[in-house]
Amino acid sequence: MGAYILKRLLALIPILIGLTIIVFLMIALIPGGTAVAILGPLASAESVAKLNAELGLDQPLPQQYLHWLGNLLHGDLGRSYSLKRPVVDEIFERFSATAILAGTSLVLCSIFGLLAGIVSAVRQFGWTDRIVTFVVLIGISTPSFWLGLLLIMLFAVAWPIFPPSGMYLAYGGGGILDLLNHLVLPAVTLAVVATGVIARLTRTAMLEVLRQDYIRTARAKGLTEGRVIYRHAFKSALVTVIPLIGVQAGLVIGGAVYIETVFQWPGIGRMLVGAISTRDILLVQGGVLLLAVTYVLINLIADIIQTLLDPRLKS
Amino acid sequence: MTAATGTATAKPAGASARPGTFRLFANNRLAALGLAVLAAIVILALLAPVLPLDDPAVTDPANRLLPPGTAGHILGTDHLGRDILSRLFWGTRVSLAVGFSATLIAAFFGSLIGLVAGYVGGRTDSILMRSIDMLMAFPYILLALGIVAVLGPGLLNALYAIAVVNIPFFARNIRGVTRGLAHREFVDAARLSGKSHAGVLFTEVTPNVLPVIVITMSSTVGWMILETAGLSFLGLGVQPPQADLGSMLGEGRKLLFNAPFVSIIPGVTIFAIVMSINLVGDGIRDVLDPRLRSGALARPSARTRVDRREAPPMPSESSGTALDLVDLKTEFRVGSSVYRAVGGVSLDLKDKECLGLVGESGSGKSVTAMSVLGLVATPPGAIVGGRVMVDGEDLLEVSDEALRRLRGGRISMIFQDPLSTLHPLFTVGDQIAEAIRSHHPVGHAEAWKRAVDLLELVRIPNARQRAGSYPHELSGGMRQRVCIAMALANDSGIMIADEPTTALDVTVQAQVLRLLDDLRKEKGAAVLFITHDFGVVSEICDRVAVMYAGRIVELGTTEDVLSRPAHPYTRKLIDCVPILGDPERRLDAIDGLPPSVARLPPGCAFADRCPQVREDCRSGDIALTATGGRSVRCLYPLVETVE
Ligand code: SF4
Repeated sequence: MGAYILKRLLALIPILIGLTIIVFLMIALIPGGTAVAILGPLASAESVAKLNAELGLDQPLPQQYLHWLGNLLHGDLGRSYSLKRPVVDEIFERFSATAILAGTSLVLCSIFGLLAGIVSAVRQFGWTDRIVTFVVLIGISTPSFWLGLLLIMLFAVAWPIFPPSGMYLAYGGGGILDLLNHLVLPAVTLAVVATGVIARLTRTAMLEVLRQDYIRTARAKGLTEGRVIYRHAFKSALVTVIPLIGVQAGLVIGGAVYIETVFQWPGIGRMLVGAISTRDILLVQGGVLLLAVTYVLINLIADIIQTLLDPRLKS
Repeated sequence: MTAATGTATAKPAGASARPGTFRLFANNRLAALGLAVLAAIVILALLAPVLPLDDPAVTDPANRLLPPGTAGHILGTDHLGRDILSRLFWGTRVSLAVGFSATLIAAFFGSLIGLVAGYVGGRTDSILMRSIDMLMAFPYILLALGIVAVLGPGLLNALYAIAVVNIPFFARNIRGVTRGLAHREFVDAARLSGKSHAGVLFTEVTPNVLPVIVITMSSTVGWMILETAGLSFLGLGVQPPQADLGSMLGEGRKLLFNAPFVSIIPGVTIFAIVMSINLVGDGIRDVLDPRLRSGALARPSARTRVDRREAPPMPSESSGTALDLVDLKTEFRVGSSVYRAVGGVSLDLKDKECLGLVGESGSGKSVTAMSVLGLVATPPGAIVGGRVMVDGEDLLEVSDEALRRLRGGRISMIFQDPLSTLHPLFTVGDQIAEAIRSHHPVGHAEAWKRAVDLLELVRIPNARQRAGSYPHELSGGMRQRVCIAMALANDSGIMIADEPTTALDVTVQAQVLRLLDDLRKEKGAAVLFITHDFGVVSEICDRVAVMYAGRIVELGTTEDVLSRPAHPYTRKLIDCVPILGDPERRLDAIDGLPPSVARLPPGCAFADRCPQVREDCRSGDIALTATGGRSVRCLYPLVETVE
């Protein structure tokens, strides 16, 4: 297993290089280039020209990239012109907020998506299946940012049981209960779409597995139907679905941008929206890179879990 | 994203417009409803310029935030006093236009990349697909944000961003299908006829890829409308004074507490659009995806449905009979056709005997075997008549729990292909132990110990270690020994073996057969042995029943039947045995094909292939005539069966 993980980590290198190239191109391609990224869009033409010369931006792109990558490896992603502080400091400070929100949502959507998918497959064409399928369709058709607003109207205004925004109480908050209280609405909102998608994938995977010969064998052995479904069929379906859940993490991480804005959650998503409006490209670059790397790592973990479940993949 | 359409298969050009496609779609009421709603919204949005609407951009500070229902402003006004109804119409226009344009752009470039990569292959393919993989390594909303960050906020830039991040879905799906088509005969033929590569790609390949493009479009357009609305909601898409549904929602958000209707109205509209698109998309997928149409994804129930129109009287319990099938009938219903796979089979398996059930594939022998324990998949299968008697009980009438206890308990089964019939994710020891534990109240350790003993019994070397192996780590012969061990786990008095040696190498076949024979004698179990191979029958069976087109055509002791076959079909089967373990050779040795069990001829089902056929063979039903220990269903048997 150790060797396998090592192999997977090595296979990550080209992906990470690709990621950094795309993210690097973000500054290379904006009108005015790096100098504008550093000084901000309002900087005067002379100071831009001066900085361009200082930085040696007459160099070809590959060299600029290597230079940028070198800085990155030393933990330097430049300074945000609007916040007047290093990008790395800002994004790591905000990362935990996004991680708590997205992580909770990912757990929620995995649990409920798998459950809904199984129930719907087991009761295929029955009423439970129809209802679940329809609710799932509503879930993936609802704009999450609007759902967030609706939930605020319902559960923070009309029936105030949860706070409408923020991560902690503005004054005197900060405990774990306070965090959970603030977490419920945004985490649920963020989980809805991914739950729907995972439910659909799980339903299909279960239906495919239930037709396999080894399920007939399990029944022929005299196993109870519960064991057939929850042990034999579910394990196989899980092997198919787990990497797909990894892919859905992208929906959750991306969706966090909306949800953090709606609930004023102090994470990277909300930071990105602000940074794009102020055209603080270095900040955008750092935030996008960090979230993209997180996404890649989540997928790696999903693949490793899949391999742990399926002995055939190890060889 | 749910773009799992790579498995959709395409047919040669022209076949895509199948008859009934539209009818199938119309039959799906939800999809039709979605289409109606979507059409209504699109038409209203198109009509916006000619409808008597206020100017969506004219502000009227005196009439701010009028609630819906106000005269002159049916949906009220927003924070600048603009008419919400009018803004809704114009905003919907923008949202739809942007969503559909982004879809077309993504579909065009994505399909182009997919077509070229799949058709050209090699280096081009790997470079293109690697780049696509790079893009997919980003959470896609994040990539869109990055693009907007570079280009700057704005409607067109948001459109480009959403289009670009959706290109990979098209590229991947279309490449997969194109690769499958690139070397099909009709493509090769077109190339040989002198067409250029580009010509072949666009006139031969593209039309076949079209269904996949349509499926991918229908499954992504909803997302694209959502995401563009999302960017506008964040203030990164459409810029004031222009509005789309997303930006209206964004403005409404600031008025959440005092005028919730301002955000509810555009939200409901986005939801209605996306929901109707998704309903239509699901409808399209159901029609175009052949897997869904054939019902291949229907879940088989735990037990075959019993749907008996008439049940024969309970037979009197005869001692010495382990399993008694009485006029068993099993059907498959697919669409409007009914396949009578088992058309009234009566068979008794005596204690400790090995009874062979022989026939070509499709003769109904496996379905007969599966029907005993209710293991025929429902849908499409159903048992429609007869009885399955074991120990004085009709298995078609016992409770689910009683049947479960019989399965793997009193009666156990061995299936054909041990690679697909063993669960790939559990160790073989675990699977045997599980079989024991579902019938005996023993702990895991004890069950495992017994499992190891069983593996030793079926002569698997190093049983202790082998118990911890997964099926794929064993050879075919070893796997089948595991299955035999599993069947022996609970000392079943009756074993049903469905072609247990067919999937094995010839040399291994003989070993496994010998093992099975030794063990069943040792354990004193009765065996119903299903095979197509008279060679195998002659080695281990005491008696043999021959099946054809769902019915028994001959029954007798092995020696008797082999030396003096009475039914012309049996004779044919025996005549073409000799090559040990080579099924192909045997199948085409009998001229013609068995009749379809959906359309059985009146009279003898074998008439069309029978060298002895006479006029009256085709007229009426032919009974199975028993004389002594021998039965035959033939008007002109080859030998006199009366002793
Ligand atoms: S009944 Fe007639 S057609 Fe049928 S097998 Fe006998 S001889 Fe041939």
